[in-house]
Amino acid sequence: MRSRELVLAVAVALIVAACAAPTASRLPERPRVGFGQPISEADLAAWNIDVRTPDGLGLPPGRGTVAQGKAVYEAKCVACHGPEAKGGSMYGTMVGGIGSFKTNARVLTPGSMYPYAPILFDYVRRAMPMDRPLTMTADEVYAVAAYILHLNGLVPADAVMDQSSLPKVQMPNRDGFIPDDRPDTSAVRCMRDCK
Amino acid sequence: MGNDTKHSRRSFLGKSAVIAGTALAGAGVGGRAGAEPLPIPPTAQQPGRPIPATAYGTPSKFESHVVRRRTDVFVNRQNWSDWSMTPLQHQHGIVTPTGLIFERHHAGIPDIDPAMHKLVIHGLVKQPLVFSMSDLMRYPSVSKFHFLECSGNTLADWTKAASTTVQQTHGLLSCAQWTGLPVSWLLDEAGLGPGATWVLFEGADGSNHTRSIPLDKVMDDALLVYAQNGEMLRPEQGYPLRVFIPGWEGNVSVKWLRRIKVGDQPWHFRSETARYTDPMPDGKWRQFSFLMECKSVITRPSGGMKLERPGLHEIQGFAWSGRGRITAVDVSVDGGKNWQPATLEEPVIDKCLTRFRHRWSWDGRPAVIQSRAVDSTGYVQPTVPDIMKARAIAGFVQHHNGIFPWSVSASGEVRNAIA
Ligand code: HEC
Repeated sequence: MRSRELVLAVAVALIVAACAAPTASRLPERPRVGFGQPISEADLAAWNIDVRTPDGLGLPPGRGTVAQGKAVYEAKCVACHGPEAKGGSMYGTMVGGIGSFKTNARVLTPGSMYPYAPILFDYVRRAMPMDRPLTMTADEVYAVAAYILHLNGLVPADAVMDQSSLPKVQMPNRDGFIPDDRPDTSAVRCMRDCK
Repeated sequence: MGNDTKHSRRSFLGKSAVIAGTALAGAGVGGRAGAEPLPIPPTAQQPGRPIPATAYGTPSKFESHVVRRRTDVFVNRQNWSDWSMTPLQHQHGIVTPTGLIFERHHAGIPDIDPAMHKLVIHGLVKQPLVFSMSDLMRYPSVSKFHFLECSGNTLADWTKAASTTVQQTHGLLSCAQWTGLPVSWLLDEAGLGPGATWVLFEGADGSNHTRSIPLDKVMDDALLVYAQNGEMLRPEQGYPLRVFIPGWEGNVSVKWLRRIKVGDQPWHFRSETARYTDPMPDGKWRQFSFLMECKSVITRPSGGMKLERPGLHEIQGFAWSGRGRITAVDVSVDGGKNWQPATLEEPVIDKCLTRFRHRWSWDGRPAVIQSRAVDSTGYVQPTVPDIMKARAIAGFVQHHNGIFPWSVSASGEVRNAIA
């Protein structure tokens, strides 16, 4: 009798432990095999396109001016984004909105929203122009980034953007972000005569 | 049976299929005098279509209204960075049929030859590695049922009712069985370097879509997925390879995955600063709000349907939580004043859609019906006013997990009653 109770207690304890265990323990254990082939960072360089945007780590060599950027923009971007990036056939404005976040009509643009200027380089290189992404040279991307920053009033007309100048551009929304602090509600399970 | 009968029978079938999509008949139809005698259905008097030599089966032609739809509430100016939504009002179990799983792409759907596809792992690892699809499929596999929800699900319906159907309000939600292998296996194989705390995932689509994910979550339960619901991924779900991050906003489960990079801090991409962040009071934005919190919705009866007559109507819906299992769902039919526990249908799985059911006898008077879910952490699904107290409801709002009411009029019309 005693030992049966003990067995039961152990079984219950095991079940409880299993339910409380973190999810990972329910994934199977790694088999002692490895099918990956070694590759060098040099051999994957063409894929290594990310920019760590707060400090610009990963920005490639190259440079571009606001004037060059205007030419790139008018050749490759204006059809969808409209003259001076004020909105076009495919997308709304990419200028303005700075100072709009305390109003009920927040206007999201690279100027108002991006906390770090290298986001513009990273995103435009990987995703734009939408009809031919990842085809522009680093010089073209720096130039068009300079132009969009200039249209947003964030760099002067004679600005030159490169590896070292782009991360230094002060973005208005730099301190606009707070980490996830949810749950931010504490609803109760009322059943009768609620509210 | 004459030709005339056949014809009228056919057109009747056609009509009833359409009605079944929108109207719900009540109970109490038994033994009515004057019912027409039942004719033998023509399908019972002839052979059907022969089995074709090869085929991928498709639903009955009478179910052609059950399709994904792009939203017509928030209309994009192009359809490469756009979305389509799951017809939840027609989903009968917890698994979303593969062709109905919602879509959200940022540069359309690439067609990738798996024989050419490669995955690389590099950055803060001891040995950068490259894998072919056949390398990846040599590992033992694991299958898990999980929901997938876009952070923008329900974004059009906060302070005013903008959408009509539950497909429009909640259709950026689906559930499938996902098959692949733990990402942690491959990170262990490459060997994590000192300082490794964040992991970048990047797609091979035209947006080269990228997100930064904390290493702890990746090691806990992230999967490299190549199959769903028993078949290889559909192109629009990331064929041939995606990462799947259970319980977190769909955007982080990067499709068409080609690169994993380990780092010591997040990258702060556009997709995690300018987008996929939540407006907060005082002009601030909440960032890295990955988790999809506990939520539920009634899918039947739901917006656009009609209750034909008073009597028994089973209220059906889904509940889910990115934090764990659903432990309870309550239903109110009086606008949130009184609540009754609904029945949860097995299986009830961690970070997975759970079906709830509640038998409701509608008295034919106007009613407001809604559901409220509770998860295994004790978190109770809030109302929209609860959420508003904490967040700024403006612009392109994400992570709306508020209680969602539908109104039923005296004539049985079911409408969005969010505000
Ligand atoms: C074929 C149409 C098209 C072309 C050409 C195009 N874009 Fe875009 N662009 C879009 C669309 C659509 C989006 C929104 C994509 C999304 O959010 O997923 C976008 C988004 C952007 C954004 C993000 C804006 C923000 O507020 O975060 C930037 C920056 C941008 N484009 C720059 C450019 C530049 C620079 C070029 C030219 C080199 C260019 N685009 C060419 C269609 C286009």
